[in-house]
Amino acid sequence: MRGELVYMGTSENKNEYDIMESLKDTLDREKNEQLKDIVVGSIYAEAEKITRDVVTKNSGKKVDLDKKLDDILTSKYTGFPIMFLLLGIIFWITIVGSNLPSEMLSNLFFGIEEHLTDWFMYMNTPQWLYGILILGIYRTLAWVISVMLPPMAIFFPLFTFLEDLGYLPRVAFNLDKLFKKAGAHGKQSLTMSMGFGCNAAGIIACRIIESPRERLIAMITNNFVPCNGRFPTLIALSTIFLSGLVAAQFSNLAASLLVSVLVLFSIIVTLAISWLLSKTWLKGVPSSFTLELPPYRKPQLGRILYTSIIDRTIFVLGRAIAIAAPAGIIIWFLANINIGGNSILNHSAAFLQPFANLIGLDGFILMAFILGFPANEIVLPILIMSYMAEGAMLELDSIQAMKELFVDNGWTWLTTLNFMLFTLFHFPCGTTLWTIKKECGSNKWTLLSAIIPTVAGVIILFIITQLARFLI
Amino acid sequence: MNLTCKTCPKIALNQNFNIKLEDDNELVIALAGNPNVGKSTVFNALTGLNQHTGNWPGKTVSNARGNYNYKDKKFILVDLPGTYSLLANSVEEQVARDFICFGKPDTTIVVTDATCLERNLNIVLQIMELTDKIVLCVNLMDEAKRKGILVDIKKLEEELGIPVVATIARKGKGLNELMNKTYNIAIGIETTSPKQIEYPKIIEDKIDKISEKLQGISKNRLNTRWVALRLLEGDATMLESINKFALDREDAYNEGGTCIYGY
Amino acid sequence: MNKNHLPLFEVNVGSEAKVSELLSMGLSRRRMLDLGLIPGTIINVIRKSPLGDPVAYNIRGALIALRKEEAKQILVSKIN
Repeated sequence: MRGELVYMGTSENKNEYDIMESLKDTLDREKNEQLKDIVVGSIYAEAEKITRDVVTKNSGKKVDLDKKLDDILTSKYTGFPIMFLLLGIIFWITIVGSNLPSEMLSNLFFGIEEHLTDWFMYMNTPQWLYGILILGIYRTLAWVISVMLPPMAIFFPLFTFLEDLGYLPRVAFNLDKLFKKAGAHGKQSLTMSMGFGCNAAGIIACRIIESPRERLIAMITNNFVPCNGRFPTLIALSTIFLSGLVAAQFSNLAASLLVSVLVLFSIIVTLAISWLLSKTWLKGVPSSFTLELPPYRKPQLGRILYTSIIDRTIFVLGRAIAIAAPAGIIIWFLANINIGGNSILNHSAAFLQPFANLIGLDGFILMAFILGFPANEIVLPILIMSYMAEGAMLELDSIQAMKELFVDNGWTWLTTLNFMLFTLFHFPCGTTLWTIKKECGSNKWTLLSAIIPTVAGVIILFIITQLARFLI
Repeated sequence: MNLTCKTCPKIALNQNFNIKLEDDNELVIALAGNPNVGKSTVFNALTGLNQHTGNWPGKTVSNARGNYNYKDKKFILVDLPGTYSLLANSVEEQVARDFICFGKPDTTIVVTDATCLERNLNIVLQIMELTDKIVLCVNLMDEAKRKGILVDIKKLEEELGIPVVATIARKGKGLNELMNKTYNIAIGIETTSPKQIEYPKIIEDKIDKISEKLQGISKNRLNTRWVALRLLEGDATMLESINKFALDREDAYNEGGTCIYGY
Repeated sequence: MNKNHLPLFEVNVGSEAKVSELLSMGLSRRRMLDLGLIPGTIINVIRKSPLGDPVAYNIRGALIALRKEEAKQILVSKIN
């Protein structure tokens, strides 16, 4: 029996203590399964009787609609293809939908920057101040807002739409056998899905898994799936990756396909690592699992569009100001403060270079990931600024310019691929790690949550890099 | 040290459940029900932006609280975790059970899904055994209609002996009546006579025996019949909770030794 | 064991069955009871997942998916 009765120690309380002891004995004696059955049986008998009296049922059209939908979405032949298709469609809508807003925003910011530059010149401000404020902070902020915000603001409502519709339990229904084989709890497919929106939210969602062991597995592996903040990076890099290979009119389609494939890969890795954990550090008995498939509900489009887009926009803007702007300052300093003939940035990158080379990246990329710890969406801007002379930010939103910049810095297709893979498989962002600490309370597991994805990433990159160099 | 402090429900709410009341006019309403019944929709509809999410003390189970005003009273609405029953199979169920049993909210609203009422009645009947300050909210009436399911609300009220309100929470329908009934029950101008479940004689006898023993510690703080049933079923967490919430304990006072509510 | 009783898992999609006995104990059993799976309850077998497991059942108006391990612990008699 759980729980210890504590003797409170005063004579007033002795009487209570005796009673509690005697109740405890009763409990131990009486405890039998049959009694529970009878009690629950009585409750249900009552419920049945009342329902018979009070509820009347005519077969409605809705039942058939739900059934038909499920027939398509969870059937043997169409279930999986449709899931993959939906994933691709979401990315495609995100990509295509962001193009116009991104362009408009970057035009807007560029226009403002011209005015600011004029004003700075008029005020005769020193070059270094102009550098920090405009080339560092302002441009970083502008870049993050015009490149990162639109995809994030579009993906989230799409995801919420599916959630409201009631589709996610169907995804869990389809994937459950895989998770079972991987030794993971069935609800992990749900928490994993939440991770697509935001990994920190995915971690909190893990509360729906009761068994601590399975909850930990879900939390540790949550970061393997890319969150909202990483999608713009993946999209941009996919476009670069494919730009030589695919005709311009197909580039959006091809990019959505590539990102979908990457996401699939990350799900496979999630399952693999879950399996590994359940066989080693987190061994144990799988707990029972029932999944309820709620009826499909018509999502309230208006409410979703409004709250999701507004919420997301405010959230991303807030993060941009709180994190991207300071990051911009830091990069500018690192790139412009010279010690022993070279900037701090260059020194650090050189230091990391040998290791980076082993895994097909370069020192600057690793630096960008390390400095991007607070939020995943600033990794790419930091990298760009590191490559630009004196840590200034790229002129806004040109994939072509980005590609040229990377190529100029020694990138090959392998580098692009590795960058995308490392984006998927590296330590969680600051917010997520903090959430993990709060949820599980253990320093050890929080640390492992950071180490495991990173090590997985390093290993995957290493294998791919060596293989590619060997074969090509 | 005032004897009345030990039984002060406000202290219980504050220390044990993290609910701070600002004044006597505030009423605490618990929101219970199965998962997936639109409980959050009801919660959001009633509290709007005046809500705040945290954790139950010592547990990683979310606790959302919000408030709303109705007539002359302020209401604190506590969103309990969605559970299929109160029989403490999980931390969520334990939390929900402890709050209703020991936190003694002024009213408990149970939200149910009109499309599968039978299954939902499980927790309704259980809560009815626990408290008579209860209002049943039958939600998703539009979904039921689409599925060809008709619920006779009046008849349900008669059979259960508690107020029943039909709602379509996401369209805001029926919420006024819900608040009205809740108000009436909370301040006591309406009373309920919840239908009690009758168990086979062998169980009823045992319930009586255990209830007697419980009178010794209860001092009217416990619903002894309900607690007896739980003990009979072998619910070990029940003893823990009694120990934690209902016994005379020195630490029921706050550190300074004076009652923060001014008694 | 009565030959007419079989585990729920072996009932075909589209059939109806009546619960006769629960084999699981402890927490698992309580879960089943809470969902309304008491002896006498009628279950409709609705569909199988694309990978064969779990299977979705209609239990008292709700669509609940149970894994093979759980469905094996529920003994039912077929209704037709």
